Amino acid sequence: MMDAYLFIDFGSTFTKLTLVDIEREEIIATEKAYTTVETDVTIGYDKALKKLKEKVAVEYNITNKLACSSAAGGLKIIAIGFVPELTSEAAKRAALGAGAKVIKTYSFKLNESELEEIKNSNADIILLSGGTDGGNSETIIHNAEMINKFNLKIPVVVAGNKSCDDEIKSIFGDNIEYHITENTMPNLNHINVDPARETIRNIFMEKIVHAKGMENVEDSISGILMPTPASVLKAAEVLSMGSRDEEGIGDLAVLDIGGATTDVHSIADGHPTNAGIFLRGLEEPHSKRTVEGDLGMRYSAISVFEAAGAKTIKKYLKYDDLDIEEEVNNRNTNTSFVAIDEKEIDFDEAMAKVCANISMKRHAGFLDTVYSPLGNIHTQEGKDLMKLPYLLGTGGVIVNSRNPKDILSAATFTMEDPTSLKPREPKILLDKEYILSAMGLLAMVNANMAVRMLKKYIVEI
Amino acid sequence: MEKKKIVLGVIGSDCHAVGNKILDYSLTDAGFKVVNIGVLSPQEDFINAALETSAEAIFVSSLYGHGEIDCKGLREKCDEAGLNNILLYVGGNIVVGKQEWKDVEKRFLDMGFDRVYPPGTSAEKGISDLREDLGKRG
Repeated sequence: MMDAYLFIDFGSTFTKLTLVDIEREEIIATEKAYTTVETDVTIGYDKALKKLKEKVAVEYNITNKLACSSAAGGLKIIAIGFVPELTSEAAKRAALGAGAKVIKTYSFKLNESELEEIKNSNADIILLSGGTDGGNSETIIHNAEMINKFNLKIPVVVAGNKSCDDEIKSIFGDNIEYHITENTMPNLNHINVDPARETIRNIFMEKIVHAKGMENVEDSISGILMPTPASVLKAAEVLSMGSRDEEGIGDLAVLDIGGATTDVHSIADGHPTNAGIFLRGLEEPHSKRTVEGDLGMRYSAISVFEAAGAKTIKKYLKYDDLDIEEEVNNRNTNTSFVAIDEKEIDFDEAMAKVCANISMKRHAGFLDTVYSPLGNIHTQEGKDLMKLPYLLGTGGVIVNSRNPKDILSAATFTMEDPTSLKPREPKILLDKEYILSAMGLLAMVNANMAVRMLKKYIVEI
Repeated sequence: MEKKKIVLGVIGSDCHAVGNKILDYSLTDAGFKVVNIGVLSPQEDFINAALETSAEAIFVSSLYGHGEIDCKGLREKCDEAGLNNILLYVGGNIVVGKQEWKDVEKRFLDMGFDRVYPPGTSAEKGISDLREDLGKRG
């Protein structure tokens, strides 16, 4: 009997299972069923598992079950910092890197109505930053006092000025659950997101499983419950950088178009590719995730239309007799809509191209020209991805498309946005078997195997 | 004792980096914690850096002749951001052409700068002034 690992991805719509033969390092089967988070997620999980068992003819023994989840809205974080462009932005990036949805970012000293707002939000975790190490302390202390005054019953990750840690401990006492970790911005413009990311992931693992509908999951899995976007980022990291024994493939970006959001992950330094360019703004994390809440195929269909306008969608359409507004509304009201005929598919793919185009534009850096007495000076803000070697696509609309390359190509550089630093001619890769999140989980227990399997199952198109 | 923090940068569309590096080195050597925001820095970057790090002073450099335009309103913005009484120093080639230094210095002092330095001033001069100004505050 062979030994197998089972990977579970509790998505907002589907619970997806991936069964892997760990001897041969092969995918045995995948299966999915509707997520049943309203009642008890194990119902949907059991259903998918039953279907999976029927599918697989050989005998197997599951030795490890690992799960990631974005069900029940995923991991929701409120990020608090001091200066909007500095520690608030650093806190936001740390939260995004942890696979969270950032509900809102706050700056400066919080007032009572902001605390009311936070208290009434459905946030799972608060990330409290502010001040460089040895820098400003009044703001983070004030904000800690406000959190204490309002008796927030949400775990607080404290990742600010280290000089304030002791005082915050005594403010929170036994009243607030808190976790102290390293500053998200220890020195000005230098960010340090990994410790906060790790702390957030641990809290997610311990706490979020006890959320509504998830209580029974713990008994069915062996461990490592992480937010799905975090496992996708992890998979992207090991594929790019490799593991202890396996070579990675180098810099890459992942484009993940979902029903509600579009995620872009880049694993690259993004330093300027041309000489004489001055860098501006906050330092970029090597592994960077951005998430566009207004770009998605169903729940966010209307906001795609609002962000892009009919003109941009039309540019990608083959059939010009479609009523764009009507098509968009249809998909938004009927979120389980499946495109079947030629025109429906054409419209879905046009929308996906819009998501690809805009999300990459927002993720990548841009050039700016300063007209100075010394001549034109070029500055770069964000990452330069012009020479990025690989662009990897995942998410339903890309994986199931007949033309995934066309959708992904919409994320590359064009002269329409001459100052955007999007990838110019990346090789296009496809997550054909839809295994990125599963491989991110595998990487947590066996990074070498995850790299080998990713290299086997991610294909160039 | 904790080191005093100084925000250092070259203001406006100016990318002269050499003086910036010399000041960074000299101030660090003199025992200050330098927060260097580098060249091409708008006023807002100086202010944000000073806020986040709780700096005692902002050192503005300008070499390309447009310093006067670039520096206008900096004191007012500092006041607005809550950086009360932060020390503002400026130096370099801060105006265009040959002008009477007395007039230039007065204009910058009127703009709210605490110290104004003509071309060719040594870093040591700024540092000893800084020690004196910080000493007055205790």
